[in-house]
Amino acid sequence: MIEALQFEFMQHALLAGLLVSFAAGIIGSLIVVNRMVFLAGGIAHTSYGGIGMAVFFGLPIFLGASLFAVAAALLIAVLTLKKRHRMDTFIGLIWAVGMAIGVIFVDLTPGYNVDLMSYLFGSILAVSSEDLYFMAALLAVILFVVTFWYRDILAVSYDSEYAGLRGVNVKFFYTLILILSALTVVIAIKVVGLILVIAMLTIPVYIAEKLSHSLFSMMFLSGAIASLFTLGGLWLSYTYDLTSGASIIMVSALSLGAFLLFYRGS
Amino acid sequence: MSVIDIKDLSFAYDTQMILEDINLNVEEKDFLAIIGPNGGGKSTLLKLILGINRLKKGSISVLGKKPSQRLTKMGYVPQNTNVNTDFPIKVIEVVMMGHVGGKRPLFGYGKDEILCAMGALEQVNMQAYAETKIGSLSGGQRQRVMIARALCAHPQILILDEPTSSIDITGQRSIYELLKVLNEHITVIVVSHDISVILEYANKAAHVNKTLSYHDISDKKQTFHTHGNNEHFCEIELLQMLGADNCDACEPEDVPTWRKSK
Repeated sequence: MIEALQFEFMQHALLAGLLVSFAAGIIGSLIVVNRMVFLAGGIAHTSYGGIGMAVFFGLPIFLGASLFAVAAALLIAVLTLKKRHRMDTFIGLIWAVGMAIGVIFVDLTPGYNVDLMSYLFGSILAVSSEDLYFMAALLAVILFVVTFWYRDILAVSYDSEYAGLRGVNVKFFYTLILILSALTVVIAIKVVGLILVIAMLTIPVYIAEKLSHSLFSMMFLSGAIASLFTLGGLWLSYTYDLTSGASIIMVSALSLGAFLLFYRGS
Repeated sequence: MSVIDIKDLSFAYDTQMILEDINLNVEEKDFLAIIGPNGGGKSTLLKLILGINRLKKGSISVLGKKPSQRLTKMGYVPQNTNVNTDFPIKVIEVVMMGHVGGKRPLFGYGKDEILCAMGALEQVNMQAYAETKIGSLSGGQRQRVMIARALCAHPQILILDEPTSSIDITGQRSIYELLKVLNEHITVIVVSHDISVILEYANKAAHVNKTLSYHDISDKKQTFHTHGNNEHFCEIELLQMLGADNCDACEPEDVPTWRKSK
């Protein structure tokens, strides 16, 4: 593994893995405590629509996927605030329609040559410098938001009705969490792919939740745990020539199994 | 002095009438018990007072202004504190949620806010648990924390929705004893099913079942012991009396026949 570090693509992969792990740990924590896992799944899958459109119009994939995912997040935010009791149906719809749009746009693209699998299961070994800048910028934004508005986000997540009574703009923060989730999903697609992203957003968080006494420690512990899993998965993938995204998820899942088996705590 | 003044209030969800012609006047340092059957509109009335539900007909004034302008004067303890117990949050952080407005530091919480929250925890005798995860407390302890959160903003009115619904008997009693102490300085409004306990502590009672009937019960002997039959009332009788339009129901001739025959 050490000798692999001389390759630029491997350095990029490690750096991307760490950046995405921390973003996923922080945002995953918010997704889990706000019971938004299904929402995040819907956003992840629907962002394939953005990938398809970006391919068709010749735009950067990251840009297309980000715009589409953010649009989906806004749509979900509006629907949740208006028709909360039918949420599951709408998310299921958005989930499937987004993917269908993506597939159709890829069909329509002349001389189709996109490697579909790399978006479904990740392509961490093909991370470019631009991708890294995007990931670093997003992590910086996330860090800023969760430290600057920590108490508001905490209040909205723990008890949104009460937060509203105390003058916190619940709709704004709810939408903000959804948008950050959408963007995190997009960068995580590069690492584990859009099908597996949900595991990356939840497994480290589940372990961290058991070990944390505050949302803040949970977010950063999740980031650290996710980084470990990503590095472990990468090592496994390099050594045995396996798909990296799937390796990362399997390392996470096995670790979770071991954690559940041996952890005895509150 | 009246702290809450409700006039001719009616409220409906879609076409279903929930509250009709409600008039209520809450005086300073009252201990008001709002009782009544499930679905009778108790929580709706509370949410109207708190400005959570939008007012459609009639008027509510809290300390002379609209509820939405008086949020900082009202401390609220919502129903059912057993939700979200997995949430990784410390007791002190829950209490600090109660702060509102004022200047706040760029990051995290200010020193004065922490001190104030600790003070509120002391009032409910939970200061030893400040750094404990909320999920590891018992139902009664958690309810005390929620009361501390409401006290954090130094409210003039404390409003509690079913504060003892998930708490054991001793826990319930200690919550009401706590409210009694707090009531020396602030007005307390409690929605509860648990009328026998409530009537021991409350000095006013409002029975809400679409309409509202109001009773001054500060002198319990006079209110409840005029029926010939002394000492004891079962909850059903109490509810019947309080649910009646006026105190005529308290007259001996209106006592149900099965009771008279005793």
